[in-house]
Amino acid sequence: MSTITERTPSATVTGTPGHPRRKSRARGYNWFGGSLSWIWLVIVMLPIYWIVITSFKTQDTYFITNPLAPPTDLTFQNYKDVIEADFVRYFFNSVVVTAGAVIPAVLVSFMAGYAIVRGASNRLLRGMNWVFLTGLAIPLQAVIIPVYLIIIRLKLYDTLLAIVLPSIAFAIPLSVLVLSNFIRDVPKELFESMRMDGASEWGTMWRLAFPLTRPALVTVTIYNALGIWNGFLLPLVLTQNPDQRTIPLALANFQGQFGINVPAIAASVTLTTVPIVLLYAIGRRQLLSGLTAGFGK
Amino acid sequence: MTTIAPPVVRTKGSNRSSGGRSGSGSVTWMALPAFVWFVLFGIIPLFGVLFLSFTTWNGIGDISVTGLTSWKATLTDPGLPHALWITFVIMALSWAVQTPMSILIGVFLATSKRYRELLAVLYFIPLLLSSAAIAITFKALLDPNFGLGAGLGIDALNQDWLGNSTLAMATLIFIVSWQFIPFHSLIYQGAVRQIPTSMYEASQIDGAGRVRQFFSITLPQLKYTIITSSTLMVVGSLTFFDLIYVLTGGGPGDSTRTLALEMYQKGFQANLMGPASAIAVILVLVGLALSLLLRRLGGRADESQLEGV
Repeated sequence: MSTITERTPSATVTGTPGHPRRKSRARGYNWFGGSLSWIWLVIVMLPIYWIVITSFKTQDTYFITNPLAPPTDLTFQNYKDVIEADFVRYFFNSVVVTAGAVIPAVLVSFMAGYAIVRGASNRLLRGMNWVFLTGLAIPLQAVIIPVYLIIIRLKLYDTLLAIVLPSIAFAIPLSVLVLSNFIRDVPKELFESMRMDGASEWGTMWRLAFPLTRPALVTVTIYNALGIWNGFLLPLVLTQNPDQRTIPLALANFQGQFGINVPAIAASVTLTTVPIVLLYAIGRRQLLSGLTAGFGK
Repeated sequence: MTTIAPPVVRTKGSNRSSGGRSGSGSVTWMALPAFVWFVLFGIIPLFGVLFLSFTTWNGIGDISVTGLTSWKATLTDPGLPHALWITFVIMALSWAVQTPMSILIGVFLATSKRYRELLAVLYFIPLLLSSAAIAITFKALLDPNFGLGAGLGIDALNQDWLGNSTLAMATLIFIVSWQFIPFHSLIYQGAVRQIPTSMYEASQIDGAGRVRQFFSITLPQLKYTIITSSTLMVVGSLTFFDLIYVLTGGGPGDSTRTLALEMYQKGFQANLMGPASAIAVILVLVGLALSLLLRRLGGRADESQLEGV
């Protein structure tokens, strides 16, 4: 896990490790893998391209023009329609749910990860770590009925808080795993010198471990934010009132509302995707390297 | 919360007296918020679902313990073996499509430097989209009347993709692959880059070609990555819900009704929380069995795989 830093993507471009491979490439281009990758890229991009261009077409031209041709008469009417269909509220709901769940989830996971690393010999902490690791295997779908029961007993049904509370819980296991693996790589001497300076564990955690763990914290934050922003089951089961809808649920409803108005549906999909694409653009490097290094063992 | 076993074990008074409370007892409480939270909404519901499977509850009124009634109803329902079968079909087919594609693309991405960055950026996009957005996009794209096939006037593309049982399954597998191949190929890309280049140099001196190298070096070296990636795919496929719910709603008929969907419909549409809980228990057991099986296949016990997940 030591390579979860921004170094990963470009580290092999220069320097000796890349050199022999460049030589092996002299044997010729890998046509098979190459064409497969490019074909798959087209397959990946085609629906995305289609949804974006369609969102700018009028309903009339959509039916008579080539669906893959860019719009001739650019219109923003579809976006206007979507925004008028209470989009702003759904967007706001999603922001509240995502921020309200991710921030506490990452903070408590960081604290737990820190404790697990610093108290590695403590049997109680090892037990908790075991629970988190086992928890990775619990799918949200499987426990949704008791979660629903808990939420109605807490009288939180049909509130945004109802979505937030279980979202935090289900973000914890993976976050603890990734963060504790990362904190483990912090050199022991640094902890020792903090201790010599008389810092408490609490101070060491925030002043030493927290800054050093930043890349992993960013990865975990983006990863969880993505999952919660796109979450569907919890809002579906735990809310009912349209006022409490989050974006994915609203999307499913737009689809019924707009019927065969394909450009409006396309606009709703595009509009709901823009925020995460922006987030991705900002944190891409860290997310990608964090994930590839974390998974590519 | 303060002193547990360890301080007794190492009674090096000097450590303590030097001011810093480095004993593990002092950090234990820091793990508590996460632990309590997860127990509350993760572990308790896990036992809760087992309990609820022995009850009768309509989701609103009182819960009454009714022994094995819900289990009997669930196990005698022909919907259950069907949903299990559909779940396994989706699992097996999506694994069989995704794994070879992801490995091949991952290997290519790892060695081709020129476009790697660009490809990696674009490949990740499907992973950003919500399953709901993906389902809606493909539903519109594949619509027999208003979709791409109709618009381009190509008959081969103009099928009732989601209206025919076989086609709907094939379409679903395709969309799942569309959504996840990019992610898995990035995992493989990362893993391939960790294979020592010296192995390739040595084999090249011995005259091994690219294909030979792939089968004799790359693939064996990727063993643990294949297991990690397969575990994610297989266990993940058990929980496909949003995509199928929005795309087909389990249809046409019941031809894409998986366990997760069956559970949702029983519980939240038919208001039979008891049988729905029984299905959820089955879902957990299947998931656990599969991850244990895959870990067994891996040979190496837990450490490496857990690190990967």
